[in-house]
Amino acid sequence: MTSIFSTASEMAESLKQKEISSVELVQMHYDRIEKVDSGVHAFLHLDKAGALAKAKIIDDKRAAGEKLSPLAGIPLALKDVLTQKNQPTTCGSKILENWRPPYDSTVVERLNANDVVILGKTNMDEFAMGSSTENSAYGPSRNPWDLTRIPGGSGGGSSASLAAFEAPLAIGTDTGGSIRQPAAVTGTVGVKPTYGTVSRYGLIAFSSSLDQAGPCARTVLDAALLHQVIAGYDEKDSTSINQPIPDVVAAAKKGEVKGIKIGVVKEFQGEGYQKGVLNRFQESLDILVNLGAELVELSCPSFDYALAAYYLIAPSEASSNLARFDAMRYGLRISETAGQSAEEVMRITRGKGFGPEVKRRIMLGTYALSSGYYDAYYGSALKVRTLIKRDFEKAFSQVDVLVSPTAPTTAFKIGEKANDPLAMYLNDICTIPTNLAGIGGMSLPAGLAEEDNLPVGFQIMAPVMQDDRLYNVGAALERALHEKWGGNILKQIPDLNNLVGIFAGKGSN
Amino acid sequence: MELKEVKHLANLARIEMSDEELIKIQKELDLILNSVARVQEVAKDDIPATSHAIEMVNVFRKDEVKSSLSNQEALSGAPAQEEARFKVPQILGEE
Amino acid sequence: MALSFDQVIEKYEPTLGLEVHVELNTKSKMFCGCATTFGAEPNTQVCPVCLGLPGALPAVNAKAIESSIKIGLALNCKISPFNRFARKNYFYPDMPKNFQTSQYDEPICYDGYLDVEIDTDEGKKTFRVEIERVHMEEDTGKSLHVGGATGRIHGADYSLLDYNRAGIPLVEIVTKMVKGTGKYAPEVAKAYVTALRDILRSLEVSDVKMEQGSLRCDANLSLAPINSNTLGTRSETKNVNSLRSVERAVRGEMIRQGNLLESGGKVIQETRHFLEESGETRPGRSKEQAEDYRYFQEPDLLPVAPESKWVEEIRNSLPEKPAVRRKRLQAEWQVPDKEFDAMLNADLLEEVVQTVAAGADPTRARSWWLGEISRLANEAGKSPAELISTVDVATVIKLIEQGELTDKLARQVVEGVINKEGTPQEVIVKRNLKVVSDDSALMKAIEEAIAAQPDTAQRVRDGNIPAAGALIGAVMKSTGGQADAAKVRQLLLKHLGQG
Repeated sequence: MTSIFSTASEMAESLKQKEISSVELVQMHYDRIEKVDSGVHAFLHLDKAGALAKAKIIDDKRAAGEKLSPLAGIPLALKDVLTQKNQPTTCGSKILENWRPPYDSTVVERLNANDVVILGKTNMDEFAMGSSTENSAYGPSRNPWDLTRIPGGSGGGSSASLAAFEAPLAIGTDTGGSIRQPAAVTGTVGVKPTYGTVSRYGLIAFSSSLDQAGPCARTVLDAALLHQVIAGYDEKDSTSINQPIPDVVAAAKKGEVKGIKIGVVKEFQGEGYQKGVLNRFQESLDILVNLGAELVELSCPSFDYALAAYYLIAPSEASSNLARFDAMRYGLRISETAGQSAEEVMRITRGKGFGPEVKRRIMLGTYALSSGYYDAYYGSALKVRTLIKRDFEKAFSQVDVLVSPTAPTTAFKIGEKANDPLAMYLNDICTIPTNLAGIGGMSLPAGLAEEDNLPVGFQIMAPVMQDDRLYNVGAALERALHEKWGGNILKQIPDLNNLVGIFAGKGSN
Repeated sequence: MELKEVKHLANLARIEMSDEELIKIQKELDLILNSVARVQEVAKDDIPATSHAIEMVNVFRKDEVKSSLSNQEALSGAPAQEEARFKVPQILGEE
Repeated sequence: MALSFDQVIEKYEPTLGLEVHVELNTKSKMFCGCATTFGAEPNTQVCPVCLGLPGALPAVNAKAIESSIKIGLALNCKISPFNRFARKNYFYPDMPKNFQTSQYDEPICYDGYLDVEIDTDEGKKTFRVEIERVHMEEDTGKSLHVGGATGRIHGADYSLLDYNRAGIPLVEIVTKMVKGTGKYAPEVAKAYVTALRDILRSLEVSDVKMEQGSLRCDANLSLAPINSNTLGTRSETKNVNSLRSVERAVRGEMIRQGNLLESGGKVIQETRHFLEESGETRPGRSKEQAEDYRYFQEPDLLPVAPESKWVEEIRNSLPEKPAVRRKRLQAEWQVPDKEFDAMLNADLLEEVVQTVAAGADPTRARSWWLGEISRLANEAGKSPAELISTVDVATVIKLIEQGELTDKLARQVVEGVINKEGTPQEVIVKRNLKVVSDDSALMKAIEEAIAAQPDTAQRVRDGNIPAAGALIGAVMKSTGGQADAAKVRQLLLKHLGQG
């Protein structure tokens, strides 16, 4: 029986067999959102009328016998960083409150062309800067495993919506781990595809050379189905790779690691890593070995410098990308007294419209690019990027994939790291190198940490344009773990209905 | 970093900040810069810079006219408009 | 006592630098598919990309790259095998992204030159203007300042922005410092911009209309005491909107700086604006501190790496250089220097070339454009080319050559065409201007003239040929000037036994 607890591929099969209609499926999810989102706060905007109307059209097409896309009629939660025509698109920022773009992002065009039904826009750290969604101007999202904890970030709304069964699929974007770390801490699956394989057109840029949209789901196969829909060449994005996307769905169905060489990166262990995280990681490695994979211990020394390079490159690009929010053409405009000049209005609006983390990064990036400091900071960071690419190239000459924990810890408490930017930045220590090198990475659940019963993520990394390897290895591990757990890890999540009452309304503080 | 420098950055970035905010961000920037400065340890002269992760060249589009937004769509997000144009406060600057 | 220009150049040596911005005539913008039509309704040629909407991304126009390479090759530049776009970061409301996508330390073309010829006291002399770089960038939007007493930016109540121009491809051509021009600096500046304009026009890469802003010139100028081997502080003069203004702006700035230095003052490095009415410059708003543009490579665009095969193809497709072409045309048409220069100065070479191409005789074409049409244009306050098409001029000239029109009739035809009465043929029909070539009709008029002046006719019969003039005049008058005078003369003399 299809329910909100089904996987997207199960739902798709039920739709195909006409056991359920898309309208029913969409309505079911809105009912769930109504029930739990006051506590979870995964969504910033819902497009109920639009989604139900769309579902009806898809049902009619299906009734008429039209050939439909595999995900036709399936609901999806869209991170609020992607433009959707005439729908609010805020990036979690006050500066874009009430802005409705006059155009669709390419990701949205592809979702629409495949008849995926967009339920609404999900919460995120402002302009995707953060690892907890605490930086959203509209209040944090909460982790469905424990509503006092963060659901990861920046795409915490998307991951929370999956774990809370508010949507079976979601879109995230990943600049330094914003798809994978939220997936890790919510017990869901998230993939950052190879840079250049999912169009960035309409993805509101944080750091152009690092940003990449990708699929979020509750299973590896569901992620692959969504990956296939959104990936592909787009001439509107000059950095888009004009090559066929590997067959990720076939890889997700295969899940065979016999003879595959898996590299374990030495630098991604040790100090700062929670015991339960390392234990679950080791168990997953044991499983892969049992399945016939060969483990190779590797060192990537430059990865120790990745975090530092990232916190120069990303803020530098961001300082330029976010210059356009100036109160002139769209978005917020604040003028305090009559007769203020455009320049003053820009200053005041940006001062009030951006949150502290965004301002911090704009200032940092402005500094790193300014004359006299460029070489020492931004220029040096670009060189580190070369070293990281070289380390990956060397590693991939020896192994098929690399693996690591996705994040050093499980979900922390809301507010715990809010006043310590450096501690917060450490969340992305394992995910950042892939962004700097442009390669693909996946996080999937590895179990619960014994200390806190919270999900732990297992990260897989593959060479450029070999994203199918992520799905192949991921599917093999997932299958074995599901057998061990007796199903999806989310079966172990506490009943949200008992929890939301306590937190209802606290999302938007 | 001196407060004067922080003020200069805020000016370059066109962000109005109170003195309190400037002092707070001065401390934070110092902390972060101390931490990220370690990139200099390995950024040797002979290492080339990577600005794009995926190396490609000559990505061009044909010189073809595509449809533009309507004037109404273009101005749909404008905080103020007049005579089909974006209305903005007086601009101080060069003519 | 203020120094005159001549006094300034006795003491100071100028150093010139010219930055020319050229709007390319591509169909679509530099980074998006919006049209580039001049004069469209405000904000109708805009899209998410050129409006800088969140999420939009640029995509490079291939034609703009090709045009830039053409320009570089025509200016004897090297073409960079690997060059990139950068972001120039600064806030200004006419710039939608608050950064300009431009080329910084890696221009597409560099190290070229352009030789220009000017008249000097010792006759024609060639100056070599070295080109530092040719790089690509995008244009900004246009602002309209509303309210305030002056109608200018200062004191305006608010501004209105139109982004149709934002994102139109621009090529910036920057010279190296031009030294050793002495008193000819203003002429060299003008000759350089003129020669550059001619090249750009011959390449068909731009409309090169200074009055519409598709060619814009900034002139940098500094003075140093003669033989001092030093370099003075330079000013940058913007808003120089015609070829004549280039010369005037440089001259004006030389006089201003010379007087400033002479009175013990210091030239400050600043942007100045050229004032068309007075020929002087006035200071722009001084910036509180030097801008820090925080250039970095544009992450949304990839490097441009023109293959040498492509560059050679473009090189081989370049048209004849304007200076070479002019020498060739002058020889072909056998025009003396002075008259050829007159045509160049009147900026009518292209009109004459096209008229000749449409089948007219070069001498007549030149004389019509420089004579009658220029006169009428002057009266109308327009440029000759605006009045009449080269095809129509050629048609009129051909009709003259065929004896269908007299010069006098032709002037009426041209007047009719200019008055929008139609094509030359239509004007001829409407105004009934055809040469009377029907012998019987002419004979009738001749007989009438003889009957009216029998004495004169007799004198002609008696051998006084010049007396025939009065009779011919009478015939011309009675035919309304539509008869061919030579033909009338021939028929008349024959009739009176003198043919």
